[in-house]
Amino acid sequence: MNETTTLDVPVSQGDEDRYRLKLGPQHPATHGVLRVDLELDGETILDCDPQVGYLHRGFEKLAEHRTYAQNLVLTDRLDYIAAMANNVGYCEAVEQLLAIEVPERAKFLRVMVCEMSRLTGHLLWLATHALDIGAMTVFLYCFREREVLLELFAELCGARLTTTYTRLGGVRQDVTHEIMMKLERFVDAFPACIEEYETLIDTNRIWLKRTIGVGQISGEKAVDLCLTGASLRGSGVDYDVRKHMPYAAYDKMDFEIPLGETGDTYARYRCRMEEMGQSNYILRQCIEKMPPGPIVGDDAPDLVMPVKPGRKVEVDTSARNGLIKLIDDRDVYMEGDIYVATEVPKGELGFYFISDGMGRPYRMHIRSPSFIHIGALATMGKGVMVADLIAIIGTLDVVLGESDR
Amino acid sequence: MGKINNDLVQIEEGISFIPGASAIVAPLNKIINWGRAGSIWPATFGLACCAIEMMVAGAATNDLDRFGIIFRASPRQADCLILAGTITKKMAPVIRRVYDQMPEPRYVIAMGSCACTGGVFDTYAVVQGADEFLPVDVYIPGCPPRPEALLEGLIKLQEKIMQEQGRWSQFA
Amino acid sequence: MEPIRIAEQLQEKFQTSILGIDEHRGQVTVLVDRDVIVKIISFLKKDQKMNHLSCLCGVDNKKRKAASAYMERFEVVYQLYSIENRTSLRLKAQIPESDQTIDSITSLWTGANWLERETYDLLGIVFNNHPNLKRILTPEDWEGHPLRKEYKLRGDTEWRGLEELKKKAVQLQQFDFHNASTAQGTSSDE
Repeated sequence: MNETTTLDVPVSQGDEDRYRLKLGPQHPATHGVLRVDLELDGETILDCDPQVGYLHRGFEKLAEHRTYAQNLVLTDRLDYIAAMANNVGYCEAVEQLLAIEVPERAKFLRVMVCEMSRLTGHLLWLATHALDIGAMTVFLYCFREREVLLELFAELCGARLTTTYTRLGGVRQDVTHEIMMKLERFVDAFPACIEEYETLIDTNRIWLKRTIGVGQISGEKAVDLCLTGASLRGSGVDYDVRKHMPYAAYDKMDFEIPLGETGDTYARYRCRMEEMGQSNYILRQCIEKMPPGPIVGDDAPDLVMPVKPGRKVEVDTSARNGLIKLIDDRDVYMEGDIYVATEVPKGELGFYFISDGMGRPYRMHIRSPSFIHIGALATMGKGVMVADLIAIIGTLDVVLGESDR
Repeated sequence: MGKINNDLVQIEEGISFIPGASAIVAPLNKIINWGRAGSIWPATFGLACCAIEMMVAGAATNDLDRFGIIFRASPRQADCLILAGTITKKMAPVIRRVYDQMPEPRYVIAMGSCACTGGVFDTYAVVQGADEFLPVDVYIPGCPPRPEALLEGLIKLQEKIMQEQGRWSQFA
Repeated sequence: MEPIRIAEQLQEKFQTSILGIDEHRGQVTVLVDRDVIVKIISFLKKDQKMNHLSCLCGVDNKKRKAASAYMERFEVVYQLYSIENRTSLRLKAQIPESDQTIDSITSLWTGANWLERETYDLLGIVFNNHPNLKRILTPEDWEGHPLRKEYKLRGDTEWRGLEELKKKAVQLQQFDFHNASTAQGTSSDE
């Protein structure tokens, strides 16, 4: 059943050689607060039991007590490495639930920020993954480019990480000419940066030894483990939400989905590197094709201040209940449920909403890719060496904020 | 050569410079404080979003190394704990355990709204502020604070260390 | 095949076990009897190539206005997707308050293991034949299931672990250098 257990390391049967090791939650290589309980025989892992929940903040419960617009703020803190992608995912879901139209320009802006956050996510993944395996330099190089993108976010919406850029029915602010110029300069320069990372590690012998054949899973097994994102595509399964269920303006973009063949850590690494190139290509198309027009739809709930300045005072001075009433008057809420998936850097991020006609979600469930990926670690981590486990945690690209919610 | 000039030149209150001898006369606690303030070694303890900004602060752009700040993976070699992120109830005992392993003198920086007060997460699972179970020296507000804010917090901690009186033994 | 066709096909095959078909914003939901959930999902997985389990979650219907006649206290929602055919389908199994159990689908997807554990942890729905049904997000000695509607946002009772921790923090305070000056006064009193 388990392909990864085919190591020809002799495993002694006596219990006296076994010992238990608790890796984490305070460990520099567990990407946050992940704890892995290991049963070891020497350096070989006999049993691997990941423990999560150290960052469980009660998102889903909290969301039931807040309005749809207020919940948008929470989504930043899900996958804080790529907050923009979460914002977009949340808004796409709520808009589909409440049938709110989004103007064309806002759709393109969403694709733009989505791909920018995909780059920040993948850059951070590469930086920490390489750092875990032992390549310190890559970390410094990746953060150099990541900083440019974060500063662009700050210019766009005022915050580097927790952006809350999208709004129900559009986006918060229009891009300025300077931002587009800066982004264009970045897009021109970035392919050379990818090449730079590749020269550092692509043919590095240590990197190859640490990644090729490590954490190998077949496509079937990856589907069985419910993996998504590059972790699934590294095994050759062609599933990307951007292509399968296009949202925002992805249906107007020309891009490819890079696929791996071998399904090992190296294949996933190559997948993500190529994805960065594709993201850069999408960004270029966004700059070229960006249509003019409004950034917020006409039938958007009255939470979008810039286009309706007259309402601002009314909303601001009203208490929380007043805010809900204002939206209730518009009669946008109806009973029903919806599941909308979007592709974030980690994989498929899904929002499942149940609305019972009130201004707050009755139930909000977040299908977080990281949670499922850590669940897969229990299977993938069996029979490997401890050092390889670190590589596998890195290659699955998990972020605990999203996993534990 | 000329004889040593015994006229002390006062640089700061309590600290004097002996011209010609390249020597500084100062109380021991000032020297120790100076040494401590220039080599704060924090334990890497990223909890949530703020950890990413902490990493940025350590990377090339902001470069914490120039303050003598080097991240240590083990709490036993660290003298500062940066609580970067939301502290959940499940995590709180672990944080206290890490803190208890750190040798004195030790300092705690609560970075971000969540570590200071619980932030937006006023729920069943989140501790409403790190000071419920830890003595916190510096609070850095923000969600998340920019790396520059973390630098500011560390400079504030240095200032605090410089004002300490005789903190090198419990019995002194 | 269209999702609504698949739903009709399910109704033909499983007859009375299908309690209803619902469509909202183009997404098809099939209400099913919880006793045959594994059979239905394995049929969908084999015959309709619904090989990707997108989402599995539980819902507490306590405060919800009844949307259908079959609404029970809890329900478990399965969101299935076929990577090959690009169709998706949602299944809902109703679970009465008197017997909060449902069969586990870990035999069909290894990845369902954690999703079911999460549902058990947050809602208290027990999955039969689950290999390792323990709490996952909350600590093991946590009381109550947070996502139930009667559970308060800030919790009903304080978790024991945190109370112990606070006591311990007070105890250890006297050894702290921070309070060296203040602690001396108190320790001499003791």
